[in-house]
Amino acid sequence: MSATAAKAESIPFKIAQAETTTETHDAAPAGDAHGATAPAGEMHTETGVAHGEEHGSGVFPPFDSSTFASQLLWLAITFGIFYLIMAKVIVPRIGSILETRHDRIAQDLDEASRLKKEADDAISTYEKELADARTKGNAIANEAREAAKAKADAERQKIEESLNGKIAAAETRIAGIKDKALADVGAIAEETASAVVEQLLGSKTTKAEISAAVKAAGK
Amino acid sequence: MANDPTHQFLVNKIVPIEIGGIDFSFTNASLFMVASAAAAAGFLYLTTSQRGIVPTRMQSVSEMSYEFIASMLREGAGSHGMKFFPMVFSLFMFILTANLLGMVPYFFTVTSQIIVTFALALLVIGTVIIYGFYKHGLGFLKLFVPHGVPGALLPLVVAIEIISFLSRPISLSVRLFANMLAGHITLKVFAGFVASLGALGALGVGGAVLPLIMTVALTGLEFLVAFLQAYVFAVLTCMYLNDAIHPGSH
Repeated sequence: MSATAAKAESIPFKIAQAETTTETHDAAPAGDAHGATAPAGEMHTETGVAHGEEHGSGVFPPFDSSTFASQLLWLAITFGIFYLIMAKVIVPRIGSILETRHDRIAQDLDEASRLKKEADDAISTYEKELADARTKGNAIANEAREAAKAKADAERQKIEESLNGKIAAAETRIAGIKDKALADVGAIAEETASAVVEQLLGSKTTKAEISAAVKAAGK
Repeated sequence: MANDPTHQFLVNKIVPIEIGGIDFSFTNASLFMVASAAAAAGFLYLTTSQRGIVPTRMQSVSEMSYEFIASMLREGAGSHGMKFFPMVFSLFMFILTANLLGMVPYFFTVTSQIIVTFALALLVIGTVIIYGFYKHGLGFLKLFVPHGVPGALLPLVVAIEIISFLSRPISLSVRLFANMLAGHITLKVFAGFVASLGALGALGVGGAVLPLIMTVALTGLEFLVAFLQAYVFAVLTCMYLNDAIHPGSH
């Protein structure tokens, strides 16, 4: 204690000294240790806080080494207990709360991605079926078009054939008529020629002469 | 007395306890350590008791603190660092709650006591040293020998590295302590101006508006500092733990 008192003396803060003595309400045993060199203060004062002895020995209170032992002890007790509560209860608890939340969020994200995958699968299935249906539709349409085309072609061919037949028949008939007409042309020419010769010459010509002459002229 | 800005840091005995001549009294500092731990643990415990898949607002706050520290540690010290998660998380929550509780008027600020912040810093550095030697043996000393330094400069660089390592617990503790202390003193001083100017009559009340605005602004700033210092403490803890896990890699 004497060592601490010496230390206390050397510290230049003595602001509180005069005032602490004036504030002494409870003046009873205040006489023993006044003075500037009061060793680790046994001066009795009273503050608003507590009825207790104080070590207001005139040094600046935070440097009053007589309070150090008590402060260290109580700091060790309170901070020790506080540390134990933190380490054993609070830190694991908050840690587990945060971990649970992270797990939950991760789980929800997994669930969300699973659902999204399902939705994507459904969409791709739908699109696949749609594409299938479209292909099938196209196939049916093509088939129908082909069938119709084939039918139309066949009918056209049939009609063309019948038309060709008719054309051929007509052509043969025309050719026949033409031949007949051409055959008649010689006779008519012979008749006409004999009539013309008869008129001109007034004499009958033989049929053979006329025919030869017509043929020569027709050449 | 009301205007004494250091009065708020006085440690008062509530239940005097003395063991072996050493004073272990339950003080207002102890009370607020217990209150900070109870508030932080109670909040985290109650808000997560539903274990909801969809969190409530309060459960979100707990989860956000968890994930905030978890990502900080993973970035700072890699996935191997996650074994220190309960420690970093406890440190952050304890300091943050203590800082925020200290913002309530008449409440004691645990982190404005240098011994408290120094003890927490020593816990961090002690963990770094013990784990470093446990895991890497003497290879942990590679921490002080950076790669690619020319031979001539090496002794100097090693000396600098050792000094910087030794200063870590001091800088870590003083940063938190000084921020909380200075902030609370400043707040108290400006709030004290309001009270003493207000006592001077009408003119004083008018003049008290300025420090009042300042007090309000500082209160907002102090809430930021309360969070920021807990954050800085946790970030630096992650960085120092990284040294213990990967000593040769910086």
